[in-house]
Amino acid sequence: MGTMRGQATIRHPKGATIEGFVIGELIHMGGMALLCKVTRPDITLPILMKVPSLSEGEDPAAIVSFEMEQMILPRLSGIHVPKFIAAGDFPARPYIVMEQIAGHSLLDLLDRLPLPSPEVAAIGAKVATALHDLHCQHVIHLDVKPSNVVIRDTGEAALIDFGLSHHDQLPDLMDVQFRLPYGTAPYMAPEQVLGVRRDPRSDLFSLGVMLYFFSTGIRPFGDPKGKRGLSQRLWRDPVPPRKLRSDYPPYLQEIVLRCLEVDPARRHPTAAQLAFELSNPDQVKLTTRSERVRQDPWSAVIRRRFNPDFAPPVLQHAVAAQISKAPIVVVAIDLAEGSDALAEALLNTVKRILEIAPGARLACLNVLKQHRIELDRTLDEEGKSIHLKRLVELKHWAQPLALAEGRITHHVLEATDAAAALLDFARANHVDHIVLGARTDSTLRNILGSVSGEVVAKAPCTVTVVRPPRPIGCD
Amino acid sequence: MLIALIADVHANREALTACLAHVRAQQADRCIFLGDHVNYGADPEWVVATIMDYVSAGSVAILGNHDAAVGQRRPSMAAPAQTALEWTRVQLGASHRAFLAGLPLTFEEDGRLFVHADATAPQRWNYVTDREDAARSLRATTSRITFCGHVHRPATYNLSPAGKVTAFEPAARVPVPLLPQRRWLAVIGSVGQPRDGNPAACYAMLDTRSDELTYFRVPYDVESAADKIRRAGLPDVLAERLRWGQ
Repeated sequence: MGTMRGQATIRHPKGATIEGFVIGELIHMGGMALLCKVTRPDITLPILMKVPSLSEGEDPAAIVSFEMEQMILPRLSGIHVPKFIAAGDFPARPYIVMEQIAGHSLLDLLDRLPLPSPEVAAIGAKVATALHDLHCQHVIHLDVKPSNVVIRDTGEAALIDFGLSHHDQLPDLMDVQFRLPYGTAPYMAPEQVLGVRRDPRSDLFSLGVMLYFFSTGIRPFGDPKGKRGLSQRLWRDPVPPRKLRSDYPPYLQEIVLRCLEVDPARRHPTAAQLAFELSNPDQVKLTTRSERVRQDPWSAVIRRRFNPDFAPPVLQHAVAAQISKAPIVVVAIDLAEGSDALAEALLNTVKRILEIAPGARLACLNVLKQHRIELDRTLDEEGKSIHLKRLVELKHWAQPLALAEGRITHHVLEATDAAAALLDFARANHVDHIVLGARTDSTLRNILGSVSGEVVAKAPCTVTVVRPPRPIGCD
Repeated sequence: MLIALIADVHANREALTACLAHVRAQQADRCIFLGDHVNYGADPEWVVATIMDYVSAGSVAILGNHDAAVGQRRPSMAAPAQTALEWTRVQLGASHRAFLAGLPLTFEEDGRLFVHADATAPQRWNYVTDREDAARSLRATTSRITFCGHVHRPATYNLSPAGKVTAFEPAARVPVPLLPQRRWLAVIGSVGQPRDGNPAACYAMLDTRSDELTYFRVPYDVESAADKIRRAGLPDVLAERLRWGQ
């Protein structure tokens, strides 16, 4: 490290100019790369230059991971990643210039662990949202850990360092390159230990490790060295958080232990669904996971250890296909309308969608209209009972779908504007598909305006407007 | 410069027409035809005449094993290929046969090598189907990028300075950066007889300025191409496989 530090600093002296960028102070010096602040007169955004450690005897992964990041970063966009500015010619002058995100690293939180559960869930929801955005852009991060997450001053989580990432549509240079799996020991998913690099759910495992660590102050699998230590997570389950903290909320244990499942198929199918659960704690379906206070007995561990079939299956699907199999679907049901034909048509449409997307989860929504002048009515007993009645009716509507509890949630939103409430819910929960009924009575539609029309125009996703069949000439 | 890479046309007029229209729409500067222009399909004469026109306008064509077999007395080929070859010979005029006989085995330009099969011994027509094959072919030459066909399934391989080979199945329409510090071997899928389960014609476009390679899948009138094969009395299997891209 000592010699490299010297050489690297000499290669990029402060004050020098490289292809228009003026080198500022050194920010970070790691085994793989150094980071320094840079400026260019035409760029107002704070920016960083990343330069790989290429000196003789350095980790060969440093070069390959730099190549990967140089390929991936320019192809990413949005608030959940640093903005790409420029890249130098490799190998003549290798560098990447990117946005220096204004915010704080999750690393800063480690001084005050364990954190209160609501804070952990809120951070988790932000990181899961960022991961979903990344997965939708065909990239699996594969090195999710506190130092690679920055919370922007504006509140969103941003992921940094794509040196170990996999891009579904680009050559994976890390694949087959090295004998040992690359990643960060405490956070690596079991399938990563076995060399699998194309499952987006690996990122959910790492996020689960982070949430466990943040909420208990303890790393669920320690910080093992070498492949044997890493492999232990394939058969040894972590200590349930409730054993460490008796006041640990069951919903959070349910979520965290689900993230830490060895078989990726038992984790949340997508980061969006994980974000949904973290943002809606009261809607998390509690299983025996949430109650566990002991690790599995040794007999079970030994059985797993010596069962040759006990290995995560290799995923065959591309990232995009994975995500599209598990959409979040919202169905908005207007119970007040009282149209049986419409309710049935909605049910049939939702059934068809769920049949082709076996990993989908369904959120049934009803908007309880509030009148501005009597907002306080919800506070009284009558308001509560209306709310409850609506929930009961929603559940009754959805009952014929026979969905397992973990796949369906019911929400009564109280709002003055039904379309705005639906749209807000869809944006906040990364909804992929909204299904809603058309208002059948055209007079009412003229007076009140069309909710479906506004939702169709403004939704961030696909919208299906359902209308029950009616005889010709009956409009 | 934009270079269209067109491989294994196999006398499929409908597929080549669709690809060339796609190439023109992108305003490519030239085409390189990577061999196996004829055999299997029902339009050898039209395909060779079209490629000859392109070559006289600055494009390049190299030799494939089926093109070479046209001029050989006793080529060793499997039964349907042999039957089709005999039929193909009769269709081609003397000038077309002479054009095929005069094609080079390889073409080299600016560190890029164009060859029909494994570059280790081009006239042996070995397939490049995995990382070992790709490593062998890359080590046999000094070219930075090798383009070949013959396999009928698109793939790209790269050789790192440390000697490791990575394999990659390219997605259609997504540019693959051919990183300059690595050596690359790109297997271009087939225009006229895809065998990767996707019946659409496959070709690729190289942008020499950005050093990016993009594969394309172009749908074409498979039914007509298959019907013509049947009407010509060629083996039915040659028509049927076009439908499924097998």
